[in-house]
Amino acid sequence: MQKELITHPPLADAGSIRAIHLKKKPRLGEMFIQGFLFFCGAVSILTTLGIIYELGKESLLFFQMPGVTLIEFFTRTEWQPTIGKFGVLPLVTATLMTTFFAMLVALPLGLSAAIYLSEYASPRARSILKPILEILAGVPTVVYGYFALTTMTPFLRLLFGDQVQVYNTLSAGLVMGIMILPLVCSMSEDALSAVPQSLREAAYGLGGTRLETALQVVVPAALSGIIAAFILAISRAIGETMIVALAAGAGPNFTFNPFLSAETLTGYIARISGGDVAYDTPDYNSIFAIGLLLFGATLLLNILSRRLVARFREVYE
Amino acid sequence: MTHETNNHYAIETRGVNLYYGNFRAVKDVDLQIVPQKITAIIGPSGCGKSTVLRSFNRMNDFVPSFRMEGEILFHGQNIYAEDVDPVMVRQRIGMVFQKPNPFPKSIYENVAWGARINGYKGNLDELVEQTLRDAALWDEVKDNLKKSGLSLSGGQQQRLCIARALAVKPEIILMDEPCSALDPIATLKIEELMRELSRQYTIIIVTHNMQQAARASDYTAFFTMDDDRAGLMVEYGETHQIFTNPRDQRTEDYITGRFG
Ligand SMILES: Nc1ncnc2c1ncn2[C@@H]1O[C@H](COP(=O)(O)OP(=O)(O)OP(=O)(O)O)[C@@H](O)[C@H]1O
Ligand SMILES: [Mg+2]
Repeated sequence: MQKELITHPPLADAGSIRAIHLKKKPRLGEMFIQGFLFFCGAVSILTTLGIIYELGKESLLFFQMPGVTLIEFFTRTEWQPTIGKFGVLPLVTATLMTTFFAMLVALPLGLSAAIYLSEYASPRARSILKPILEILAGVPTVVYGYFALTTMTPFLRLLFGDQVQVYNTLSAGLVMGIMILPLVCSMSEDALSAVPQSLREAAYGLGGTRLETALQVVVPAALSGIIAAFILAISRAIGETMIVALAAGAGPNFTFNPFLSAETLTGYIARISGGDVAYDTPDYNSIFAIGLLLFGATLLLNILSRRLVARFREVYE
Repeated sequence: MTHETNNHYAIETRGVNLYYGNFRAVKDVDLQIVPQKITAIIGPSGCGKSTVLRSFNRMNDFVPSFRMEGEILFHGQNIYAEDVDPVMVRQRIGMVFQKPNPFPKSIYENVAWGARINGYKGNLDELVEQTLRDAALWDEVKDNLKKSGLSLSGGQQQRLCIARALAVKPEIILMDEPCSALDPIATLKIEELMRELSRQYTIIIVTHNMQQAARASDYTAFFTMDDDRAGLMVEYGETHQIFTNPRDQRTEDYITGRFG
């Protein structure tokens, strides 16, 4: 065989051999679609770059203002840019508090609901409950904001008395948790459903009960996915604006008391950009610095969550 | 109670019909499984072998459309009776699946988990070592008990799954094509292991591999399908007899490869 090939005349010279068509063929439709898809991807990347550029440029203006230093920004506990107080901590603590209360609601309830849907619910129950959760996810955040203000806060005042201010971080946080619950639930449920049925069968086959199987086999197998859901929920809570702007308070307040009003990072941005501030004033520039801070925090959380999801994929096979 | 009369069988089925919705997958099975022997279930694809096997430890409970008629007796008790807890049934009738399915936990945890949830009071380390030895896996993993069960080869994983089943100390082990994902050497290992285990355990194995059924089992049940696709048991007897002197033409056709 080998020998024969070597003694064979080169293909190009052999007129008797029928030429076969191997040349590249232009495929216009293919090229067009490919170009279009590339364009779409490029738009989102360029937008992100544009946002980073704009945030960076304006924040630079902020940090170049007289009296503003990074150290002061991150350590001082008063935030009044108009009168030269540039400590971002009051806004950060308010954001941490609303986020904390939101997670207090969203994580346990969302995960429990996900375990119920994925491990316990009959197909019928699931087909009723999932649309309800989706409705919850579709409610505009401004509605949640008024719900916090007109229902949750009065309820908290009923429980804890007048020490609860009309605007407070607890009410905003709890309602935000209700808003985020469907996200946690559906992402966790995806992670749980992705656990192969064979693992459940293995557990049941060893005499595992439904609860033991769900909590000790299925949840650990889906853990990275669940953690990714949690992290995404946290970054959602940090970035949420409308509820905190309406219900948490409209003025920086360095406090850890959940009953007091306090303004979050996003709430501050919303208030300042909603009023009429002049270009290149400290107020105006400061919202970009805070925007950058928020952007960095959520970016970090998203990277973390991607890492965990990647780890999650390695678990089986 | 019909206790006495059934004492000498590990499992006895009476007039068992198994349904998925309106589809009757298996009809009229009367089968007596002899304890501490290996019983093979053979038959063409789709004749209901897995369905029958999974009905022995109520694994089909998780299929919403599944329904059964008749009785499956274990120690003289119908395991489908109202007051029977399927979790207790599965503790005593373990299962090894077609595809190795270790938990994404350490080798140690894979074996220990079942014992722990069943309230095992003894020394877990000893139990893990003993069952891994029984499953002929100990020498290969003894230095790596902390490694993930998924890091093992397919054949090792399957032996891990067998060890895991043994750790619960069942009386009966159901195996659904446990070697179909394994190479011939790993398959032989599992067969040797089954032979070893049959001193203590009753083993019921579903297999597509005629040689495996012939060489590894004591009793063989041959199933086939009717015109309405319902599976039925054609012949049941000692393996030697089924393979050398089948009474039914369909059995002979199947084992000699003339089926379908
Ligand atoms: N979960 C299910 N829902 C509905 N029908 C099913 C289900 N599982 C099995 N069946 C049907 O029941 C019949 C028997 O299936 P079973 O899996 O028991 O066959 P088998 O003999 O194990 O086949 P194989 O040798 O291919 O594994 C088939 O017709 C199958 O389509
Ligand atoms: Mg099968």
